[in-house]
Amino acid sequence: MHMADALVTPAVAGTLYAASALTAGWSVRKVRLEDNPKKVPVMGVMGAFVFAAQMINFTIPGTGSSGHLCGGMMLSALLGPWAGFLTMIGVLLIQCLFFADGGLLALGCNIWNMAFYGCFVGALAIWRPMMKNGASRGKILLASVLGCVLTLQMGAFSVTLETLLSGVTELPFSVFVAAMQPIHLAIGLVEGLITAAVLIFVHEARPELLWGVDKTAEGKMSLGATLGVLGGAALVIGGGLSLLASSLPDGLEWAIGRVAGTEELEAAGSVYEAAGHAQEATSFLPDYAFPGSESALGTTVSGIVGALIVLAVLVAAAMLFRFFRNRKKATA
Amino acid sequence: MSKISDAISEIQSLEALSRGPGFVNRLHPLGKLLLTVFFIAVTVSFPKYSLPGLITMAVYPAAVFLVADLSFGEALRRLRVVLPLVCVVGILNPFFDRTPVLTIGTLAVSGGVLSMVTLMVKAVLTVLAGYLLIATTPIEEICRALRLLHLPKVFTVVVLLIYRYVTVLLAEARRITQAYSLRAPGQKGVAWKAWGPLLGQMLLRSMDRAEGVYDAMLLRGFTGEFAAGREAKLRPADILWPVVWMLILLALRLFPVTSWIGNLFV
Repeated sequence: MHMADALVTPAVAGTLYAASALTAGWSVRKVRLEDNPKKVPVMGVMGAFVFAAQMINFTIPGTGSSGHLCGGMMLSALLGPWAGFLTMIGVLLIQCLFFADGGLLALGCNIWNMAFYGCFVGALAIWRPMMKNGASRGKILLASVLGCVLTLQMGAFSVTLETLLSGVTELPFSVFVAAMQPIHLAIGLVEGLITAAVLIFVHEARPELLWGVDKTAEGKMSLGATLGVLGGAALVIGGGLSLLASSLPDGLEWAIGRVAGTEELEAAGSVYEAAGHAQEATSFLPDYAFPGSESALGTTVSGIVGALIVLAVLVAAAMLFRFFRNRKKATA
Repeated sequence: MSKISDAISEIQSLEALSRGPGFVNRLHPLGKLLLTVFFIAVTVSFPKYSLPGLITMAVYPAAVFLVADLSFGEALRRLRVVLPLVCVVGILNPFFDRTPVLTIGTLAVSGGVLSMVTLMVKAVLTVLAGYLLIATTPIEEICRALRLLHLPKVFTVVVLLIYRYVTVLLAEARRITQAYSLRAPGQKGVAWKAWGPLLGQMLLRSMDRAEGVYDAMLLRGFTGEFAAGREAKLRPADILWPVVWMLILLALRLFPVTSWIGNLFV
């Protein structure tokens, strides 16, 4: 997901540099307030750990491919979001300098797309609320998978926006999004599972290392809490998706400078409405792409996307099921 | 795992290059950093059809490669990371943008082809510029430049620590994966049952290592600041080099130098 310098214009890069710098400034203040002299060496070594761990390939069951660890989510679960964010910036800077992974100008974009969402959305919106009453295997698994999927979706969406705003590609918005989001849904699931495996191990071996976990609370989650979290996740994902769908045409129109004002997005309350927006978005495609084969291409793209999402959800559900069954067997 | 070994040797070779005695190596890091960012910004600021103007930008990397006596092949190898993504983004341009914008003899070049090539050239140039910076400037010097730009100390110290420990932990990751693959022959990656324990053990060991590092740093009188690079006097070349290059690049960006040259011959 590292963006190269060639994909951005100075204006886009500058804007995201400014946003990332502001967040970094806030993070530095927060880390200083903690006033923990041990924090800095731990940040350094953990940054190097993420770097090294991302080089290890993990076999994805049932497929021939392999996945990696998700850095942002793991760092903030161990160091907290602010120190995690600063550490991720360090990792990204070194990746960019020594491995040409990303670029100096696009660094601001990469920090935003990977470190910002991974650390702040993942840790503050998902990890901390879920761990408030103590941690358990199930909660860590759920938080890691949800966090990775959500933050990667946001990151991938930002990559799409930044590239299109820079005007280097002729790809229509809908095609680009349709290519980016499903791929990163799959990647997010795998990264989430790997991250969960590591964090569960840490939780069992050295629970005091995890950030934001109330150590005094009992780790068991009641049925009500589980349902609450699942419902909340469904709301977030559903709301996010419908927002995404309804913002598709607006985003593109904004990108090509057709629309001026910033109208409030209407809350797409019902599924029906969201579906209507999604349809609008996909039928948007032919104007820009292949004139003459409108409906054919439109349906193909949406069909492929739909199929991929269903496939990804099925694989994830199967993996989760197997994971818990094996755990149960092991403990029984 | 060869990927890890590659990463280690890449870091080590860059480290050796950057500590060389050459003219470019001795220049002040702040000037080099600013010049690199300036070059990249100017390069990517070319509009999507301005291939001729963009090509004149190659004058900077070409000159620095010669002056610093660096291997061009090494730098091109780094493109393998960036090019795939850039290609994915650009490869469809010819299909979407079919308006002919240029005719060479009887051959009409469409806008899409031109913008695709422009994008690739931008990728090559920006990657080369990044290589020229890191191959002539040690990371301590880059952090010194960042400090001069008033970046917080916490940040530069973390960057330096990450850099110090990257090779150590990469070597550890290599040992772990090697040991694993010897016990699990014929297996491509790490099986899911071992995900947690394998990385988790490495993580706990790293955490313990961080404690040890911190204690050792305290014993050696660490106060939160690293002795930053070589403190040398500012020489005229430190200022002239970036300023002259920035002027040249700006001129190439603002004036249609290629058409002037072309008019001389046509």
